[in-house]
Amino acid sequence: MNIDAKLGLDVFKLDTERHITIDVEICKTVCRTRACLYVCPADLFELDDQGTMTVNWEGCLECGSCLICCDDRALTWTYPRGGFGVQYRMS
Amino acid sequence: MEKVDCIVVGGGLAGLSAAYGLASAGVEVMVLERGDYAGAKNVTGGRLYTSVLGDVYPELWEEAAAEGGPFERPVVREAVTVLGDGAATTVELRSDRLAAPSPQSHTLLRAKFDQWLAEKATDKGATIVTGMKADELLLEGGGASGGGATGGGAAAATSRPKVIGIRAGDDEVGADVTIVAEGALGLLASGAGLREQPPAADHARGFKEVVELPSQTIEDRFRVAEGEGAAHLFLGTVTRGMTGGGFLYTNKESLSLGIVVSMEQMRAREDELESWQLLDEFRKLPAVAPLVAGGTVAEYSAHGIPEGGIEQVPRLFGDGYLLAGDAAGLSLNALVTVRGMDFAIASGHSAAQAVLTARKADDYSAAMLAAYDRLLHRSFVLPDMAAARDYPRIIENRRLFTQYPDLLVRQVEALFTVGPGPSPRLLPRLWRGKREIVFDPATWRDLWSMRRL
Repeated sequence: MNIDAKLGLDVFKLDTERHITIDVEICKTVCRTRACLYVCPADLFELDDQGTMTVNWEGCLECGSCLICCDDRALTWTYPRGGFGVQYRMS
Repeated sequence: MEKVDCIVVGGGLAGLSAAYGLASAGVEVMVLERGDYAGAKNVTGGRLYTSVLGDVYPELWEEAAAEGGPFERPVVREAVTVLGDGAATTVELRSDRLAAPSPQSHTLLRAKFDQWLAEKATDKGATIVTGMKADELLLEGGGASGGGATGGGAAAATSRPKVIGIRAGDDEVGADVTIVAEGALGLLASGAGLREQPPAADHARGFKEVVELPSQTIEDRFRVAEGEGAAHLFLGTVTRGMTGGGFLYTNKESLSLGIVVSMEQMRAREDELESWQLLDEFRKLPAVAPLVAGGTVAEYSAHGIPEGGIEQVPRLFGDGYLLAGDAAGLSLNALVTVRGMDFAIASGHSAAQAVLTARKADDYSAAMLAAYDRLLHRSFVLPDMAAARDYPRIIENRRLFTQYPDLLVRQVEALFTVGPGPSPRLLPRLWRGKREIVFDPATWRDLWSMRRL
């Protein structure tokens, strides 16, 4: 079962505002590891054709892996607003 | 500004435990939970070691036993599988002593369990506000603080801030004391300068699937009686050489199947293995696949785990605040047992007791709230963590997840092997091929470092 299918099983209440913002300048010029690409258990980070990092924040499981792993301060990360984001029914 | 006696940030186990204790004593307590319901933002492997909670709200566990919820299954069968190169070996335990008179641990699912505990706290008079996120801690004098973070960690303030309440959106709520039980990422506390943001070295990631299976199938496959449960851990190749492991717990009508892995080691990989691939590989293992076969994946989740041990536990109290649960870095990973939820419940209980003491004196200063630290030292929480202070360093040793599992499985394989070889005698067969690892200085250094296990 691929990641997108797994995320499709979860309940998400989507806000209109994103809760993860990437400073693309820092990301492009400072970061060497791009760890966010592979530490995110929901596989939300991707580099677009121009090499710009994007994050599909709508599928965020709010574990904070990206925040913990980005030492270059390229991420501004909060939890989604109250009542938004993933709502685990079991876990 | 609205004001209550006590604010609890976070409706997880530490927060609800504190709220239950405070409300039981008549304190006006408001819990702020950002999820739609308690448990909506929480994840466990997992299981709770209920036996250690005997002193912590014993009436609650009696109610739990009587009601038949909120746990999933009592664990009566334990197993650890060590996976090496081309082979796996399992140690299994059934013990009368760990299963009766009351089981040492129960499996659980957080949405159900947290909501049960929230109901108990509400019955005692706690106010639980869901769908409300605390954005920052309010400090006296209006000092800078925040509930967001930029990667890299906020430095702790040099002055001693006094917490006077919280801000949630445009609303501010004041309190004599705020119990910060916000979870492992510590955003509010680090934003207010009360602690450092945990670095990757002090953090592990757990992620899992809840796989639905009929209860009879679970009982057949895990060989337990009706209503009973099993806990199964996997160490070795499952984490591709990194500190961590796989887990499989039986719930009433589902299995929790997942991986825990060191964040620092995951980040440092040069092959850019994607973390979620570990779970896909795990469920395909010959040791695992038959256990989950035919199951329907119902949920996928991920969560942080503090892993730094007692040395990274921040200062737990100050003027007007206490830190509890994962937000206080309280957890103990001994690989075969992993504890966090029992520490969360116990620390919430101690936080409540400390607040009650402070209330009698109407003094919520750090000097008064230091009682919390003393209570944690008198409970099992800090003593157990102190005893295990070397564990984080010991389990960082990757040979535990590579060479030593290989060694172990080959030794067991040698026991079972018949046929042409160096000797039909047991001891030469066990010795064969081990010369290298036995005479490796690294092995002796490791043995020496493990004296503190």
